[in-house]
Amino acid sequence: MEKRTVQSVTNPGLPGHQVQLGADQPLRLDCGVELSDFTVAYQTYGTLNADKSNAIMICHALTGDQFVAEPHPLTGKDGWWDLMVGPGKTLDTNRYFIICSNILGGCMGTIGPKEINPATGKPWNLDFPVITMADIVRAQAMLLDHLGIDKLFAVIGGSIGGMQVLEWASMYPERLFAAVPIATAAHHSAQNIAFHEVGRQAIIADPDWQGGDYLSQGVRPHRGLAVARMTAHITYLSEQALAEKFGRQLQDRDAITYGFDADFQVESYLRHQGSTFVDRFDANSYLYITRATDYFDLAGKHGGVLANAFKDTPVRFCVISFTSDWLYPTQESREIVHALNAVAANVSFAEIVSDKGHDSFLLDEPEFNRVLGGFLKGAAEHGGLSW
Amino acid sequence: MMNESQRKAIRVDLQLIADMIDPGTRVLDIGCGDGSLLDYLSNFKQVDGRGIELSSEGVNACVAAGLSVIQGDADTDLKDYPDNAFDFVILSQTLQAMYAPKVVLEQLLRIGRRAIISFPNFAHWRYRLYLLLNGRMPVNEHLPFEWYDTPNIHFCTIKDFVILCREMDIHIERSRSLNHDGTSRRISASLFAANLFGEQAVFLLKK
Repeated sequence: MEKRTVQSVTNPGLPGHQVQLGADQPLRLDCGVELSDFTVAYQTYGTLNADKSNAIMICHALTGDQFVAEPHPLTGKDGWWDLMVGPGKTLDTNRYFIICSNILGGCMGTIGPKEINPATGKPWNLDFPVITMADIVRAQAMLLDHLGIDKLFAVIGGSIGGMQVLEWASMYPERLFAAVPIATAAHHSAQNIAFHEVGRQAIIADPDWQGGDYLSQGVRPHRGLAVARMTAHITYLSEQALAEKFGRQLQDRDAITYGFDADFQVESYLRHQGSTFVDRFDANSYLYITRATDYFDLAGKHGGVLANAFKDTPVRFCVISFTSDWLYPTQESREIVHALNAVAANVSFAEIVSDKGHDSFLLDEPEFNRVLGGFLKGAAEHGGLSW
Repeated sequence: MMNESQRKAIRVDLQLIADMIDPGTRVLDIGCGDGSLLDYLSNFKQVDGRGIELSSEGVNACVAAGLSVIQGDADTDLKDYPDNAFDFVILSQTLQAMYAPKVVLEQLLRIGRRAIISFPNFAHWRYRLYLLLNGRMPVNEHLPFEWYDTPNIHFCTIKDFVILCREMDIHIERSRSLNHDGTSRRISASLFAANLFGEQAVFLLKK
């Protein structure tokens, strides 16, 4: 396959790898559109061993990206899984070759609504085809082909990254040895679709969204995107975490002001989360990726029976949930486990006690690290991987 | 993972169970605790082992040790498995804690070609004597719970269990009772000696 970078065209100055995929064999999306010659941006950490058996694909969450374990080029903050990935860490880069690509529809170098449509010379905007979790995973599999890796040692991801893990195991069971879906579900619930819809409507209601054409107009729907982020951010935490962190404490003042300023610390915190988010994320990308998540229903694709998605699976699974996660509660992980049991799959399942809500998988949770590390070590022993 | 010396030191009752399992088979250990039996079976009998455990401490320890164990409850989580998914299904020291032991027993023999059940024998002479002399529910090192906080809600005797198997048309392939001194013996047809002197019992069952 011909490799050519398009840094000079679409993503000037973006560090890391970029590759053009689909020039020979286009990616046929679930919606019927074919994507050919599209960019995927990705990062790798560690070294691929001689027999190419130590590769782990990390699937990032809704607003994550490929900068897993290094300072982010836009924000300068640590990589989103810096606690987990690195030399000597649970995902030990001295042992594993870690791959993470920006998902299809994303806005950190991989093709998405803000990239230029070659047919028009303008950003795709809403002409970008609506994508699905399966499409995202198909693009990742094409990246794997490009890297010359037949089989991954593991695919790991939290939240909608976990949905990608489930799609991987379902679509390409022969291409991964182990699958670790974390804090996720086999379908997006009505409540979660509802929260996403609030976020999307906030973006669409912002006059600066301009029917999706804000890039050409030189504006950004910052207010709408910030509100979307604020709403979503609440779902990533837990009531207990909010109570402990903020309670009803006031922000830099001794008394309430009888106005609509951010009197409370929690308001100030959310406004900060919203305002920093818009600097690094594209509003249309947010629409497309939340939609892909809403559409995700693995059982629906398999005659309404989730177990059918994993029939005769050779994959070794480790399902992990967190007690205080109300976005993807443990019960939804348990449904995955029951489906895997129904096909007598090799599955481990641990519910980690944490009061930090859905975001627990991104935070310093020693028990989570111990369980994940132990699972990978056991899988490595069974998979004949040694160092 | 455990080291060799720890592995050899599995409890006597677990060793009795391990001795009934053929090498290289598919095994499900229900109520697998910290995974010591599964670990032993994986290493010494090369089984394809899985476990179910209720306590998150036990589950986390097992998964962290590389064992395939899920957090779950035998009363509710067995119905998902397909028929004959395993060669052996083990329920050790757990039957008496089940909400519906008979249903669980049916499930074990549905999902496993064989089932291995171990339980404390409530007809052991010490329990009989304790009850006779003290007039109170027996509490000892094996059964350390008071009646009001015990997880063991369905105690039975060796005789009770054999009668239940007969009622359910379950074939007992092998059975052993474990005495206080750690020795074990085959349970004879009369049941009398085993039911009086056996502190624990292990049964290998087949449909």
